Amino acid sequence: MENFIQLTISGIASGAILALVALGFVLIFKSSDVINFAQGEFLMVGGYMTYVMLAWVGLPWFIGVPIAILLSAAIGVAIEQGILRHMIGEPIISVIMVTVGVSILLRAILGLIFGNAPLAFPDFVPNYPVNVLGARVGVDKLLAILFSLLLFGALTIFFRRSSEGIAMRAVADDQQAAMSMGISIKKVWAVAWAIAGMTAAVGGTLLAAIIGGVGLDIAHIGLIVFPVVILGGLDSIPGAVVGGLVVGLLQSYAGGYLPPQLGLSEVAPFVVLVLILLVKPYGLFGTTRIERV
Amino acid sequence: MLQLNNIEVIYSDVVLVLKGLSLEVPKGKIVALLGSNGAGKSTTLKAISGLLKPEDGEVTDGDVLWNGQSIKHLDAADVVRKGIFQVMEGRRVFKHLTVEENLRAGNYTSGGNWYAEELPRVFSYFPRLKDRFGQTAGYLSGGEQQMLAISRALMARPEMIMLDEPSLGLAPLLVEDIFRNIKRINSERGTTILLVEQNARLAMEVADYVYIMESGRVVLSGSPAQLNANADVREFYLGLNEVGKRKSYREVKHYKRRKRWLS
Ligand SMILES: Nc1ncnc2c1ncn2[C@@H]1O[C@H](COP(=O)(O)OP(=O)(O)OP(=O)(O)O)[C@@H](O)[C@H]1O
Ligand SMILES: [Mg+2]
Repeated sequence: MENFIQLTISGIASGAILALVALGFVLIFKSSDVINFAQGEFLMVGGYMTYVMLAWVGLPWFIGVPIAILLSAAIGVAIEQGILRHMIGEPIISVIMVTVGVSILLRAILGLIFGNAPLAFPDFVPNYPVNVLGARVGVDKLLAILFSLLLFGALTIFFRRSSEGIAMRAVADDQQAAMSMGISIKKVWAVAWAIAGMTAAVGGTLLAAIIGGVGLDIAHIGLIVFPVVILGGLDSIPGAVVGGLVVGLLQSYAGGYLPPQLGLSEVAPFVVLVLILLVKPYGLFGTTRIERV
Repeated sequence: MLQLNNIEVIYSDVVLVLKGLSLEVPKGKIVALLGSNGAGKSTTLKAISGLLKPEDGEVTDGDVLWNGQSIKHLDAADVVRKGIFQVMEGRRVFKHLTVEENLRAGNYTSGGNWYAEELPRVFSYFPRLKDRFGQTAGYLSGGEQQMLAISRALMARPEMIMLDEPSLGLAPLLVEDIFRNIKRINSERGTTILLVEQNARLAMEVADYVYIMESGRVVLSGSPAQLNANADVREFYLGLNEVGKRKSYREVKHYKRRKRWLS
């Protein structure tokens, strides 16, 4: 039982981080139809930004982490304005290749600056164990869950209540009609990339804090983002959250209960993905087209 | 006041759709733009609103003047801020957003400034939207969606609204209701209206001035009374022959074809 609770909480914690990364992916896809293969690298960038702020600059975490998040958002916007904006109207496959290029570039730049070996992450999140339902659980995982929840709550309010958030959903719904209301598509794209950079930075920081180190390999999480978003339905924000949790839990249970030499924790999400897509081809929460004339 | 001076519009660098079109919409008036399918009515509105760009269209000649200033190079977003709002053909409500969110999207350029003030006015024209306020717009009836599309425009408090075929696909009673409200919006708020229609009879009833276009040009214009007296108009656009009876559809078609060929 204790094992089960521990696995569940780690699963939710890594699921929440996955969901943050997936959310950025979904936002970019919804507002501009771009499939961003560099989403995992955004997470890595966020992790390194926090590392720089805490380890190099020596800021306390409550100042350093917000600055790292803002810088990551700015990097997201810079990539959109500097690179992807020029790809408007190009074939989808070219746009995808450009995002693959961006991911390689980001890795190369970070590798140049920080070297290829993982760096020990400053110990700013407490990680002593606490008692949850009789099981000992690292408090860092609980904090990761809490911060992800807070961020999701804030974003939900943003999308439901703020005029910028409604504008973003309007663009996702009907781009030309949104333009006819005076909504600037360029601004919406910039905001989407900023949020994607921001959520990935929060995810990357939380992940690095839990692992205790930051390295180029945390970008691998980008691969797992695909089962997450496809599971949730490429264009659904609640889908990204549920998809993240499902995949996080699956990985955690598969890693904890199945023989480790099979390496199933990496494969399990993909197996379940295929099974779900057989039944629900648009994913669990994918947009059902509303047709009414 | 809006003036189109000899504008030419080309899509994708090759398809010439407007071939020197001129018209004028005086402040506070309702002007109707009539014409058959493919005449270029929607293109004309998009040339004004800046919505040609996403369709790879361009105003290549002539000028679009709004209160004396050229707006032909402006982005759609800037045109809305100048006080011109286009209600696109086919209603185009945001299907996955609620009625409320659709209205707030219409209110976007004001940053939510007069939302609370405008909402009751919108409901005074279209009370049905009040009952549907929290519903997903995609599930509204066609008529309700058209009401929402017009209300979205009202939320931006534009000086001029351009309506592209508001009667499209609606039952006659609903169409009359919508046209009554267009008239009310014009007289109560002083909003200038540029109305594109296929339903010539109804449009002529509300309009102060009418332009008729064929394949990218204005071929006739005048007050509704003048045009009503014009035998051609009665034949081609109102579907009436000299005795005032409805003509059969086939005859009208035949006439239209001949007319196209002549122009
Ligand atoms: N994006 C586009 N690219 C190329 N040609 C276009 C484009 N949009 C419209 N056209 C062409 O321009 C012409 C006029 O189209 P437009 O939509 O303005 O007509 P309309 O008068 O609004 O017709 P309807 O009454 O059917 O709405 C048509 O022949 C159409 O095929
Ligand atoms: Mg049209």
